[in-house]
Formats: sequence, C-alpha cells, structure tokens
Amino acid sequence: MKEQAQDKQIGAPMNRVDGRLKVTGAAKYSAEYEIPGITYAVLVGSTITKGRLTSIDTRAAERAPGVLAVITHFNSPKVPGFDTAGKDPSQPATVGGPLKIFKDDLIRFNDQPIALVVADSWERARFAARLVKAQYAKEKHQTNLEANAAQAFLPTSAKKNPKSPMADYQRGQVDAYKTGAIKLESEYVIPTEVHHPMELQSITAHWEAPDRLTLYDKTQGTLATRRDFAREWNLPEENVKVIATFVGGAFGNALHSWPHESAAIIAAKVVNRPVKLMLTREQMFTMVGYRPYTWQKLGMSATPDGKITAITHESIGQTSTYEEFTESTLAQTRMMYQSPNVTTRYRLAALDIGSPIWMRGPGEATGAFALESAMDEMAHLLNLDPLEFRLRNYTDQDPEKNKPWSTKFLKECYQLGAERVGWNKRQLKPGSLRDGDWLIGYGMGVGTFGAHRGAATVGAQLLPNGTVLLQCATTDIGPGTGTVMTQIAAETLGLSPQKITFDLGKSSYPKAGTQGGSSTVNSVGPAVQEACLALKDKLRGIAASSNAAFASAKKEDVTLTDGYLTVGGNAATRVAYADLLRQPEAATAVTVEAKPGPEGQKYSMYSFSVHFAEVRVHQLTGEVRVSKLVSCADAGTIVNEKTAGNQMKGGAVGGIGMALMEHATIDDRFGRYVTKDFADYHVPVHADSPDVQVAFVNQPDPHVNALGTKGIGEIAIIGVAPAIANAIFNATGKRIRELPITPDKLI
Amino acid sequence: MNQFQYVRPTKRQAAIDAVAKDTTAKFIAGGTNLVDLMKRGIMTPQKLVDINRLPLTKIERENNGLRIGALALNSTVADDKQVREKQPLLSLALNAGASAQLRNMATVGGNMLQRTRCSYFYDLAMPCNKREPGTGCGALEGVNRMHAIFGFSDKCIAVHPSDMSVALVALDATVQVSGPRGNRSIPFADFHRLPGDTPEKDTNLEPGELITAVVVPDGPFTKHVHYQKVRERASYAFALLSVAAALDIDGNNTIKAARLAMGGVAHKPWRLTAAEQALVGKPATEDTFRQAAIVAMQGAKAFKYNAYKLKLGPNTIVQALKTAAAA
Ligand SMILES: Cc1cc2nc3c(=O)[nH]c(=O)nc-3n(C[C@H](O)[C@H](O)[C@H](O)COP(=O)(O)OP(=O)(O)OC[C@H]3O[C@@H](n4cnc5c(N)ncnc54)[C@H](O)[C@@H]3O)c2cc1C
Ligand code: SF4
Repeated sequence: MKEQAQDKQIGAPMNRVDGRLKVTGAAKYSAEYEIPGITYAVLVGSTITKGRLTSIDTRAAERAPGVLAVITHFNSPKVPGFDTAGKDPSQPATVGGPLKIFKDDLIRFNDQPIALVVADSWERARFAARLVKAQYAKEKHQTNLEANAAQAFLPTSAKKNPKSPMADYQRGQVDAYKTGAIKLESEYVIPTEVHHPMELQSITAHWEAPDRLTLYDKTQGTLATRRDFAREWNLPEENVKVIATFVGGAFGNALHSWPHESAAIIAAKVVNRPVKLMLTREQMFTMVGYRPYTWQKLGMSATPDGKITAITHESIGQTSTYEEFTESTLAQTRMMYQSPNVTTRYRLAALDIGSPIWMRGPGEATGAFALESAMDEMAHLLNLDPLEFRLRNYTDQDPEKNKPWSTKFLKECYQLGAERVGWNKRQLKPGSLRDGDWLIGYGMGVGTFGAHRGAATVGAQLLPNGTVLLQCATTDIGPGTGTVMTQIAAETLGLSPQKITFDLGKSSYPKAGTQGGSSTVNSVGPAVQEACLALKDKLRGIAASSNAAFASAKKEDVTLTDGYLTVGGNAATRVAYADLLRQPEAATAVTVEAKPGPEGQKYSMYSFSVHFAEVRVHQLTGEVRVSKLVSCADAGTIVNEKTAGNQMKGGAVGGIGMALMEHATIDDRFGRYVTKDFADYHVPVHADSPDVQVAFVNQPDPHVNALGTKGIGEIAIIGVAPAIANAIFNATGKRIRELPITPDKLI
Repeated sequence: MNQFQYVRPTKRQAAIDAVAKDTTAKFIAGGTNLVDLMKRGIMTPQKLVDINRLPLTKIERENNGLRIGALALNSTVADDKQVREKQPLLSLALNAGASAQLRNMATVGGNMLQRTRCSYFYDLAMPCNKREPGTGCGALEGVNRMHAIFGFSDKCIAVHPSDMSVALVALDATVQVSGPRGNRSIPFADFHRLPGDTPEKDTNLEPGELITAVVVPDGPFTKHVHYQKVRERASYAFALLSVAAALDIDGNNTIKAARLAMGGVAHKPWRLTAAEQALVGKPATEDTFRQAAIVAMQGAKAFKYNAYKLKLGPNTIVQALKTAAAA
C-alpha cells in the first residue's frame, strides 16, 4: 500500500482503522465471547414500583430444563463491598450509590431486578425466567415529577459545598428579570429520553480463580469498571480484568456500573462457570439510566435595543430515591451571554424510578433547550433577528469565571452556518414562508461544552517488524478513537498509519479516563503524542551509540521510515531498526503520562457549536420535516474530518429525535413504562434526517493541549433541539415548550 | 422456550382440520406478528399450523374484480401491475405500512389479523381485557394517546393497526374463508368487530376458519386516490391516524362517487359512508371536503390523551381528499 504523505496525518479524513472489522462482523462485542462452559442469565424484574418482596416462588423455574441456578435476595451470596460501600474514606462523599442487587427485599422502582435465572442456553433461561412468581407488599409510589415538584431539594453536593456547580448561582441582583423593561418568563419540559445504543447492554463475567475476575463488558471506562467491581468483591484492582475492545454505542449509559453487571458476577460465582447476561430492549428502559425528565423555568429581560439585562434559570430534574444524580443543566446560562444579572437554581426530585445517567450532551443539552428557546422568544419580542440578538450579547470573555476564553470562534461558526442554511431567507414574522400546505421556517440554537482534559498514559513500542504498537486503556464507543490516535501517532513518528497499531479497551493497558464528556482526544491525544516523542528520543539515544548524527539531533527531528531511523529524513543518517532492536526489548518501549497543566487556571475552556435548521410543517397534519440542518463547530483542531463529521451528524440526528419524537412515558398509576420498545419509542429513521451539513472552524486551541483539540461529542447535540423548535415557531407562530414536538401539538 | 408443535400441511383441508380440532392451535403465515407475540408470552399456541405450502399466493382476475390470495406478500401485492392499475389505493396503503423487510414477509391474511399495538396489551404485568378478559382495560384511564375515538366500549378502546385494511374496507372488498363448515364470503366491513363486551375477539372468523383470499371489485377509483398516514416519524411507525380516500370526478369537477375510511380511530378499519354521501354530487373543492370531514367526525369522542384526534381526523380527511383530487 502506498504510504501517505507523512506530515499530513492530523486533519486527514482517514477511514476508520476498524471499519472493515465492524462491517464484516469480525469486531467482537461483549456478548460475543464464547468461553468454554459459558452459561446464560436472564433477569426477572419487579412488576410493582415500590414496596417489599414478601415471597418469591422459584421452584418451577429451578425445575425447568437446563436451569443451573435461580438467584434472589433470599439465596444470593454476600457481596462484601455492598456492606462497606460509602464507608471508604478515600471515596468522595456522594449520596447513595448504585442499587445493590439482591441485597434486600426493598423494591425501589418498577422492573427492578428481583431474580436472575442462569441456564445452559439463553432460550431456556428466558423461558424459566417467566416461571418465577413473586408476591409483594405494595406501597404508594411516586413517578411523576410535576406532582413532586414541591418536594424538590438542593443536591447534597451543593449543600456541602456552596461553590459546587450544583449550588445556587448569583451574579448581580437576584431575579432581576422581574423588574426588566422587556421580559419573558417561560416553562419548558423535556421528557425522559433513553440512550438506546444499537448494542444492548451486556456482560460476560468469568471468575478465572476464586479471586480473579475477568469481565467482557459494555463499558465506557475499563478502569472505572475495574475499580467498582474490585471494590464490590474486596479484590486488589489488578485481580480484575475488564475487556471492552468494541462498544456498539453507548451515549452515556455505560458511564456507570449497573446492577445487571453485579448480578452477572454474583451468578458466575454461584454456578462457578462464566455467565453471559444481555439485557432486553425493554430492560434498557429501566436498568441502565436515561436522560431525566426535567422541568425548567427561564426568566429573561432585555433593553429595547437588544441587550440582555437579566436571566433567571431554574430546573428540577428527576433522580432515584437511592442515588442523587446531578448534571450541568444550568451551566450554559451562566457563561453564554453577556448579562449583568444571572440567577440559577438547580433542584432534584427523588422518584421511585431507576437512576438516570448522563445522556449525550447531558444536562447542557437539556438546559440549552430552555435557554436557546428563550433567546428566540426574546428576539421575537424585540422584533430582532435571533442571530443579531445573539451577536449583541456575545461574550468576549467568560462572564461567570471572569477569565479569558482559551479560544472562542463562535462568531465564525455563526457566519458559516448562516450562509449554508440560507438564513437570509428567514422572515422576522412567523408563518410568512410556505410551499403549498407546508409552512417553512428557520431557527438556530447554540451549544457549548467544557473542553475537559484529564491525565492519560500511553505505552509505545517499536516492534521487530518495524511497526509501532501503542496501548491505552481508553475505550472507543464509536467516535473513532483508535483511528485518530493512529493518525496522531503517525504524524508524530513520521510513520505511515498502516505501520501503527493502537490497542485499546483493556484495563491492563496504561491508564486513561472513561470515554465521556468529549474528553478522550483532549486527554489521550497528547499522551499519544508525548509517548511517540519519548519513543523517538529513546531510539535516538540508542542510535547515537552507533551514529554520531543522532547524538546532537533533537527528538522532534527524528523520523521513522520503512526499516530505518533517520534525522530529518536524511538518508545519510540511516540506522536500521534491526540494529536498534538488538537491544533488550524494554529499550524500545516507553510508557508516558500526559497531564493537563496550569492553563485551566488562567483560561476558560469550551467548545462551541451552532445549529441552523430549516423545517417544513404541514399545516393540516402537523407533521414536521427537517429539510436542512447545518451544524458548525469550534472544536479546536479537527484530527479527522471524517470521524469528526460523523460525530456531528450523529449528534444532529440525535437532536432531531429529541426535538420531534423521543419520549419514554410512564403510566403513573402503575409506575411502568408504556413505551418499551422501538415501536413505541421512536428514534429518527433515515427519512427523518436531511443530509446534515457540517462545518468546522478548525482553529487550534493552544491552551487545552499541544494538539489544539477541544472536544466534539457533546456540542454535536447541544442546541439542536431548540434550533428545530425555533424553526417550527418561525414556520407556524406556535411556540412549543414541551418536547417532543409531535404532530398533535401543532394542529 | 415454550414448547409447541409445528406442522406444515400441503392440503387446505388438513390445515383447517388441524386448527378446528385443537383450540390451542394457530395458523402461521409470515409470522411477523404471531412470533413477536409468542416471544413476549402474549399468545401461547401449543401448535403452529404453517400455511405457507398452501397454494394461496396468486393475484388473479375473478368476475369483475381482483382476487388476491391470502398468502400473497404485502410487497408483492403493493407492486403488482394489476393492483396498481385497478386498485392503486391498496398499493399506497400497503406501502405506508411497516418496513420493506416486513412487507417482504407479511401476508394479506396475516395483515388483516394482526393484533392491536395497545401497549397495555403488550405488557403482561398490565391489565388488559383483550389479552386476559376480566382484568380491566389499562388504557381506558391510562396513556391512551394512540386509542380509539369511534366504536369503543368501556371494556376496550384499542385501535386496529393495519393500513392495508383501511384501503380494503374503503374499496368494498370481501374476504373469502374456508372452514370446517365449508366456504363463505364476509364483506370486509363485517370482518373485524367492535370490542363490545368481548374485546378478546378481533374478528368474526370462526375457529378453524382459514382466510383464502380477498376479492376487490373493480371500480372507478383508478386515478383520484390517496392514502394519508400521519405518524410521529417519516416512516416505519404505526399511524396516529390515517385516511384512505378515493374519488371519481367527472369533467366538470363534480364528484360522481367517493370512498373514505379512517385508520387508527377504532377497533376496526372505520368506513365513513355518511361522509362519502356528503361528497357525491358536489364539486371537488376544499370546501366540500371540509363539509364531508365534519360529517365524518360525528359521534367521535376522545379520552384524556387522544383529544388531538378530533382535530387531526378532519384535517387529515381534507388533506387526503385534496391530494386524491389532485392526483
Ligand atoms: C416493527 C413492525 C412494524 C409494523 N408496522 C406496521 C404498519 O405501519 N402498518 C401495518 O399495517 N402493519 C404494520 N406491522 C404489522 C405487519 O403488517 C403484520 O405483522 C403483518 O402484516 C402480519 O402478517 P403475517 O403474514 O406475518 O402474519 P402472522 O404473524 O403469520 O399471523 C398473524 C395472525 O394471523 C393469523 N393468520 C395468518 N394468516 C391467516 C390465514 N390465511 N387465515 C387465518 N388466519 C391467518 C395467524 O394465526 C396470526 O394470528 C408492523 C409489524 C412490525 C413487526
Ligand atoms: S384498550 Fe383494549 S387492548 Fe388496550 S388495554 Fe384496554 S382492553 Fe387491552
């Protein structure tokens, strides 16, 4: 294969390194490991929402063919960590924790696992699971947020620490919008939404020895999973191996350790064989988190010439009774626009449901629906173009932290997006444009998310065949981590990408954080870069002993080419790998940690995006078609236009779902979901999405890391739903403040 | 898994006998509905009588109509040249249903007999009179966004989910069945039932009766037809509400004949004969369509979460008629 130009790897739209494996089915996901002696487990869920399990009849299930065990809280072995959880002084003081499965008889939410059937085939386990019969003592449950809004409370983290981002925030005067000249006050609701990645949550648990556990797990963080289950079983972390080489999407629901994982591990102990447990699509609604139903109120005032004078943003999000889940719903409101007075109040309502977990663009996407809708409402009140209104309130430094932005190219995004969507066609007056029975409108929504960076370690080694092997415990849940790391390594080493292997997804590899919060490229990218530089330096050192040119060379100038090491590509300086590799193995390997420096103290670091939508709304049937969607991002350096573009498009399609169709609905009388499969819970199909246009400013941020990246995953969805809602208003004059915007709301 | 027997007769009589003599037996055609229901434990037949070897796939002319075999695939019927020429409305309705993959498996007989998509029916832990008579209707005071506005009872407010059936009831089709007591024809409008006190019965088929064909009489509805389906996404979703409209319009823009039916509003495909009469003899204008839509909605009554259908119904009728007239 022809080698690509060696200095142009970063930014090249390279195909995914694992693309072929994925499309041919060769990529192995957590439910696809066939270990000898494997068994299959199926969870039985509670049919009541709150109360006690008084008895459970497992006899028929136990007698069913192929059944090896039926585990309930009556017979489950003790999980040592369940008793000590929360008592570890080194743990941050959180409130509550994941449900401790099979520990007691309390029912805390509907479909809470009450039994696990293990059998020699999945079909037999599923059949027997239906034979388990439970008796309950029911108590009155609460599953409706609005009905429980009066009991909403300040999160414990905020009570303990008034500087916590969950604490009430105040700049200028409290609720100053109420006395503003031109003001609005609106309430917004987003329903529960469920991540629903294509791959169902699954785990294969294998006790390779009584104190050695291997987990093939769907997780976004191999090390977090290792830590959690080592703690549950009082094991040294190195005794637990977590393997997540491929993850079929997650969108956040594999950021947490869940009860089904504990259950599989318990079961593997009980039957003393490996156990595979895969949730059903229905169980994906109840057992592995969701974007919480959230109520918000936003008050805003402005001067007649379009300067915001005050914003108050309040929200109540739902959480479970056993775990306080918080997210940054109000963060964007504190820093996005130049307003002298800002008040935010974040509250939780604890309901009898399972715990939520961050879902793509998490709280910020929820909050942006309120803030960006309110911006549109205010622009309308002021009779101003919404883009112009945003420009008049643009912030050149962070008004919350009073620090300069590390970089901010949001104006450039505005310009790119407005041109591509044809913003000049937008009419100030709603309902002005039509094509037959279809009303046409344009709307915009802005997104931002912190450019987070954490520590990461990468191992790099030159192999005898002249290729370089890199290893890191990070996961790749779909964004193309393996691909972009290969590119970064290729560019740093001066080697073609074909000569590089980037291994990930195993807890035994050098440390990296969990893949979430758009932080992987920011964190692992520089570690790859530094590991590659260290490797070059090491090789230079070895080469120097036989070749004087290397003794004085800088590590940056050392290049690796086919079979040889050179200084700056100069053929006269060539040293054959074969010669270098005569050294003991360790000599050609390095392990390097890269950490964020003090820049975070000096600068406020965020990625930014803007989404522009053109919609068509049928005036009789209320159907909405998004006819154009343009997403523009200031995400720093774009390492791979193709995978980055995929991220933006995927986020935009997720935003269409959020705006127009996704809603998980509970019948509060029973506390059970009435939407529990893809026939009832709609996600967009191809026909719902236009060909999303993506544009990047592609300006490096010199402060986040040496690569200049800022993160993409979240800003891809944050702001999309309000862009569509605002476009619908522009088309119809109808302001819908409760998502999703289904046809019934528009007729 | 649930144990069941499986037989695959090649003779019609053998298939009928197998089901007539065993109350726990069920025919299976494409399996796209029955297998799902079995996996969830909602239907638990002890015996499956696979009818796919019976010669019931033909689409042929019969007297003054088209005779469509019960085992003709939804996709085959939708794409059939004769169907598209003589009964384009049927083709449109079929293509509005499910997905290409499902239409390639689903049969005409199975489509008519698919069961409701009421989510209480689908959840064994919820009350449902249709699934388990006497347990109550979960939807009546529950989340009834998808439910009926016509012809319901306090025992059941479910809707029939088939798109194809809405077109067939509009087109005056008849259903040919063969049973233990011989053959008979059932007018399509009498095929499905209203729930009344026995919501567990979807249709008037007798035990062991096999659908052999559907006959659609020729009519003047070869041009001005439309199937308007309103759903929560652009494709691959059941209807919130749908309308099948067929018009015969003369050179003076006067409506000579009309057919109108709605889906997603009742326990059966809902034929709107009064509205049809309100159209005949009138000019094919939006005004006329609006008048007919008002007539169509008489007697409709909504529940807590489906009041939108009272407005979506007439709007969709107007839209369907407008599109049909312009076709
Ligand atoms: C995801 C999904 C989406 C769907 N969306 C739509 C939609 O939008 N619109 C729509 O209309 N439909 C939709 N469907 C339903 C689909 O149209 C039906 O499942 C299909 O038509 C059933 O046909 P079948 O041949 O597979 O029936 P089967 O599942 O084989 O049988 C269904 C029932 O009919 C009985 N039966 C079958 N043939 C005969 C016969 N000849 N005589 C007597 N009894 C018989 C069986 O005993 C069984 O009770 C959807 C289905 C799925 C799974
Ligand atoms: S509407 Fe009919 S199908 Fe639905 S719960 Fe009530 S009885 Fe059951």
